[in-house]
Amino acid sequence: MRKLALNDEILLSIEKPARYIGGEVNAIMKSRDVAIRFAMCFPDVYEIGMSHLGIQILYDMFNRRDDVWCERIYSPWVDLDKVLREKHIPLFALESQDPIKDFDFLGITLQYEMCYTNILQILDLSGIPLDASERGEDCPIVIGGGPCAYNPEPIAEFFDLFYIGEGETVYDPLLDLYKECKQSGASRQEFLRRAAHIPGIYVPSLYTVTYKEDGTIASFTPIEEEIPETVEKQVQMDVTNAPYPEAPVVPYIKVTQDRVVLEIQRGCIRGCRFCQAGMLYRPTREKSLEILKQHAYRMLKNTGHEEISLSSLSSSDYSELAGIVNFLIDEFQDQNINVCLPSLRIDAFSLDVMSKVQDVKKSSLTFAPEAGSQRMRNVINKGLTEEIILDGANQAFHGGWNKVKLYFMLGLPLEEEEDRKAIAHLAEKIAENYYDEIPKEQRVGKCQITVSTSFFVPKPFTPFQWARMYTPGDYLGFAKTVNHEIKDMKNQKSIRYNWHQADETLLEGIFARGDRKVAKAIRIAYENGALFDAWTEYWNYDRWVQAFADAGLDMDFYTLRERDEDEIFPWDFIRIGVTKKFLWKEWERAHAREVTPNCRQKCSGCGAAKYGGGVCMEGRE
Amino acid sequence: MRVRVKFSKYGVMKFIGHLDVMRYFQKAMRRAEIDIAYSEGMSPHMIMSFAQPLGVGLTSDGEYMDVEVRTPIASKEAIRRLNAVGVEGITVTEWRQIPEEKGSKAMTLVAAADYELRFRKGLAPKGDWQSAISHFYAQKSIPVIKKTKKGEKELDIRPLIYDMHVNAGTVYFQLSAGSEANIKPELVMDAYLASIGVTPEPFAYEIHRKELYADLGKNGKRKLVPLGELGQDVVLETEQE
Repeated sequence: MRKLALNDEILLSIEKPARYIGGEVNAIMKSRDVAIRFAMCFPDVYEIGMSHLGIQILYDMFNRRDDVWCERIYSPWVDLDKVLREKHIPLFALESQDPIKDFDFLGITLQYEMCYTNILQILDLSGIPLDASERGEDCPIVIGGGPCAYNPEPIAEFFDLFYIGEGETVYDPLLDLYKECKQSGASRQEFLRRAAHIPGIYVPSLYTVTYKEDGTIASFTPIEEEIPETVEKQVQMDVTNAPYPEAPVVPYIKVTQDRVVLEIQRGCIRGCRFCQAGMLYRPTREKSLEILKQHAYRMLKNTGHEEISLSSLSSSDYSELAGIVNFLIDEFQDQNINVCLPSLRIDAFSLDVMSKVQDVKKSSLTFAPEAGSQRMRNVINKGLTEEIILDGANQAFHGGWNKVKLYFMLGLPLEEEEDRKAIAHLAEKIAENYYDEIPKEQRVGKCQITVSTSFFVPKPFTPFQWARMYTPGDYLGFAKTVNHEIKDMKNQKSIRYNWHQADETLLEGIFARGDRKVAKAIRIAYENGALFDAWTEYWNYDRWVQAFADAGLDMDFYTLRERDEDEIFPWDFIRIGVTKKFLWKEWERAHAREVTPNCRQKCSGCGAAKYGGGVCMEGRE
Repeated sequence: MRVRVKFSKYGVMKFIGHLDVMRYFQKAMRRAEIDIAYSEGMSPHMIMSFAQPLGVGLTSDGEYMDVEVRTPIASKEAIRRLNAVGVEGITVTEWRQIPEEKGSKAMTLVAAADYELRFRKGLAPKGDWQSAISHFYAQKSIPVIKKTKKGEKELDIRPLIYDMHVNAGTVYFQLSAGSEANIKPELVMDAYLASIGVTPEPFAYEIHRKELYADLGKNGKRKLVPLGELGQDVVLETEQE
């Protein structure tokens, strides 16, 4: 029987002990004497981390190798964190329950900026020095990956290396190199130096940054001549035949995404100017319908899940959407398997299939216009007109729905007072349409329109990477404008408004576009108790303000400053296919309120065609 | 076809709570491709009910649940399939057809349970804590203060204890169980230790449920029968040929 790292007294005195015991259905057990022990970490609590598809893909892919045992690890919740510190118990991996410190690799996925202090918790509780330069030969190689690795600089000093791009391509050469170095007795330093030559691998300690007097970057250069100056994003061009986990781990406790997830495509053709994923994952690549059917059968059989969901940035753009949706409904609905259809554009087709898979009376329909006025939707290149939104809502009302959710952003570049008020006006028009279109006797009470706004955070590798942010006071003012305007509407009783915290947005903005100097503030904040910053109950803005002051850093430098065209960004050394020139052109087009067509309408020459596949080559074969 | 499933829960599975064990079996039935009937309505769920929830931290050889099977499957085959797709810590041991009539559900029938209690390593009380057990059990009444939502109330637990004895450091209990009068072994053990002036360490008990019983007795006479014995193994005709 497996022996656990924690004794019964500890496990019975903490919340949800199932987070720490491993042994779930489809968890992989191997012999401890494999060549490479890899601990794969999602730096948040188990229920969040277990819901993440990327980890399941890598876990499956690594464990297909006989010489690797990949195990999982998540952030211990605050109750166990306290116990581990008090009793000096080293952090352990779920499968073997062995200490992380004894592993060859600690891989940490970087899905959102607000998990940065949790990374330090993982290192700290594992007994691994936070600063990569202090790590000895006995420490695991700490590797980061995922979307936040596209600007790794604020956390660069905590990592030995970063994997930039999609995980399917160069892990094999990296693991092979590690094995070779380990067998030949090469040092940690030697391994890192050689790893830096693998495309997509960034070793921060091999690069040096100098700054201008105004705090911006003067130069970013390798410290040795033969180290590459730039790092190429990795792209898995053949997504259909890429490894996919047909037997993902099934958690005992209920997690956020407790279902089979089918990734139908990677990338998005739309080119919304605020959206980082839309640029990072270019070009758009679709999976074949046949492979999706195979995944669906096998994954449902191997997990026993009662729900299946599609995953992509914009499912409606998948060319065989009708094929996959009808297949799932026809094949699985009478087996009592729920079909979930997120990120669908509201139109006749989607309303028809949604009425088949959900209870119309109870469910709500979601629209993401992102901006209230047409002028702003042109600025952000969201090719959605008021006509399309109202038409979609009308069809939905006639189909029996009366709950509508609307998502918007505030604090976008070039946004003015009128644009914010337009959010209220759009919600009002939808409400009016409901009362105009649906005769009284057919209505089931009032329509319920929920308006939610979040504050826009400029992200690297987007046309808005040059944009400024605002102060917490400004942001709350923006939200108040919307709130007041909604209260002035005739149908205000049918409209609910929610808005997000403003101060968390600022920190996210600093981490997103920060440089190496920011690491000091992250470390100070962590040492002063910052942890689980993405969780409202543990979020403490004042602690962060203090940490930046103690680190001698000006938060406004990162947030309030609009950048010049020629500013060197901390992430400029990374090549994502999409060129900086294209992004700047898009920034200029935003100022001219010009809409750029999507990839299927017309190629705009972003640079992603260099990968020679996906949507860039559609119709060219 | 209504079927009673018996299973053991041991090892690390003791940390999985009752509702999650239910989720575990719902998914296991699908993996094993056993055709369970669903309830009607907008959100149908598998027709599955447990005899008696087992607390987190306890192990058991005597867990029962009843399921409604749509396509009959032989006992041997069902047990084989469920264990093949299962995890270490849950073992299905019986699959028996039970009568369909009202009042035959495990949840309704459960009347008594057997438990074994040990002390975790290093957490046993000092000195001789065992020898007074027979005297404790021999008492006519054992009043304890039970905390309820409204406050505290006195309860005589003696009628709910059907057996209690100790052998080589393990305390054996047979206790009343079910919706009418349920009593937990830790409550009885606490009362016993209190009677000899001992306060146990936190998390000192290691408790194992051995069996759950229905009471088939008449006229106030108890006749306890394990829940599983009320059913019969399913043997399909094709097997008999």
